[in-house]
Amino acid sequence: MFDLYGYKDIFLAGAWLTLQVALLSLLLAVVLGLIAALAKLSHSSVLTGIATVYTTIIRGIPDLILMLLIFFGGQMLVNNMSYNFNEWLNGVMTGYYPNHEWTSYLPDYIDISPYFAGIVTIGFIFGAYMAETFRGAILAVDKGQMEAATAYGMNKYKRFSRIMFPQMMRHALPGLGNNWLVLLKTTALVSIIGLQDMVKIAGDASGSTQKPFTFYLVVALVFLLYTTISTSFLKWAEHKYRIQTR
Amino acid sequence: MTAPTLSIRNLHKSFADNEVLKGINLEAHQGDVISILGASGSGKSTLLRCVNLLETPTSGDILVNGELIEMKQDKKRGAIPASIKQVERIRSRLAMVFQGFNLWSHLSVIENVIEAPVHVLGVPKKEAIVKAEALLQRVGLYERKDYYPGQLSGGQQQRVAIARALAVEPEVMLFDEPTSALDPELVGEVLTVMRDLAEEGRTMLVVTHEMAFARDVSNKVLFLHQGLVEEEGKPELIFENPSSERFKQFISTVY
Repeated sequence: MFDLYGYKDIFLAGAWLTLQVALLSLLLAVVLGLIAALAKLSHSSVLTGIATVYTTIIRGIPDLILMLLIFFGGQMLVNNMSYNFNEWLNGVMTGYYPNHEWTSYLPDYIDISPYFAGIVTIGFIFGAYMAETFRGAILAVDKGQMEAATAYGMNKYKRFSRIMFPQMMRHALPGLGNNWLVLLKTTALVSIIGLQDMVKIAGDASGSTQKPFTFYLVVALVFLLYTTISTSFLKWAEHKYRIQTR
Repeated sequence: MTAPTLSIRNLHKSFADNEVLKGINLEAHQGDVISILGASGSGKSTLLRCVNLLETPTSGDILVNGELIEMKQDKKRGAIPASIKQVERIRSRLAMVFQGFNLWSHLSVIENVIEAPVHVLGVPKKEAIVKAEALLQRVGLYERKDYYPGQLSGGQQQRVAIARALAVEPEVMLFDEPTSALDPELVGEVLTVMRDLAEEGRTMLVVTHEMAFARDVSNKVLFLHQGLVEEEGKPELIFENPSSERFKQFISTVY
């Protein structure tokens, strides 16, 4: 049983892939979330507008639908663009050298990998949730902290990186941790676009061995392991970054 | 004669339709300790915050060591600094001590003191630490150098804030009601440090309600009323012989 009917190695590879997708999506989500939060709080109505449209649309559509839209829609968009670019370039070049036989410069068909699509989609979705978390965290930092930074001559990058970021993170950690747990579980969706993560492998394996309960139970346990480790790490981080008082 | 350390000429500041400062002139020379008095709403804090451009003046000139802070007109926002680089450079030469201390709460006491020297002025960290330790020694908080601001009393925090201000070797120190947020029994320890600084010849601009400090420590007092300088002069003169009826009233109510 412990070699999972011969699926142990491939299953472990899938479990590792799940973790990779989750961590890379998290990275993207944090970056997007920070940018969107800053845009929402900026004085520019254009930036605020774009960020608001982003968070409203993403948070209003089921993750599954978004994943399918980005994977299949993105695939078509990229290929159309590549086709149109080739047509346009050939048109231009034929104008200069009519006798030459021009070929494609971009490949006719670009295949978006499910790995890449999965990370981008999940990162994109959770960026919108992170934006709200970060926005609240930024607003929770006492105004005097940034005022002191300004008064001592820090430029806006230093003010953000030296003062705002470390202080907002303590307010953001609980929300960020929550988002991370949901994000981790959302990676199960990438199996539907064909990524060989542990959910997909469990599906395939249970089909051929007729042991669905065993495989999905193992998947559940692995997710539980990941989330348990995350939770203890978050507890530790919250303790470390808590506001020091007597 | 050398240029004044700080001069303010015909400074105006409005918030929307409300004109808070209506043309203030002020000159501070090296070693001057100027107390700015006034009832709340008189514009005294706004004046101080205009000096380092935490508030942008609507019009008027500010010169630090003879260098004019350049302003330009923006269609939407009115007057804005022409060069944010210049403003940041000048700010780094003016240290501010706030009513609410505003120590950076994620940094320890010593880290608060070395933050601006290291990350704004580019002083090597080791050098900054040696100096910061001496400054903390001086305000009597060397033993607390690894504490966080939240672990200190208000008076201790304000003394750390003063050490943080001294660490940048400022041309002018700006004090914005430094004792107003303190419990009465903690006011003394902060004022003692400030007296020391005045005696060693620091140039200080102090917005305060501490009449004793204004009278005994400063060499010039400015009394603001409704955005204008109502009374100014040497404390020994104007406290004995106020020419303005309002200032007379003000000192009689505060005492």
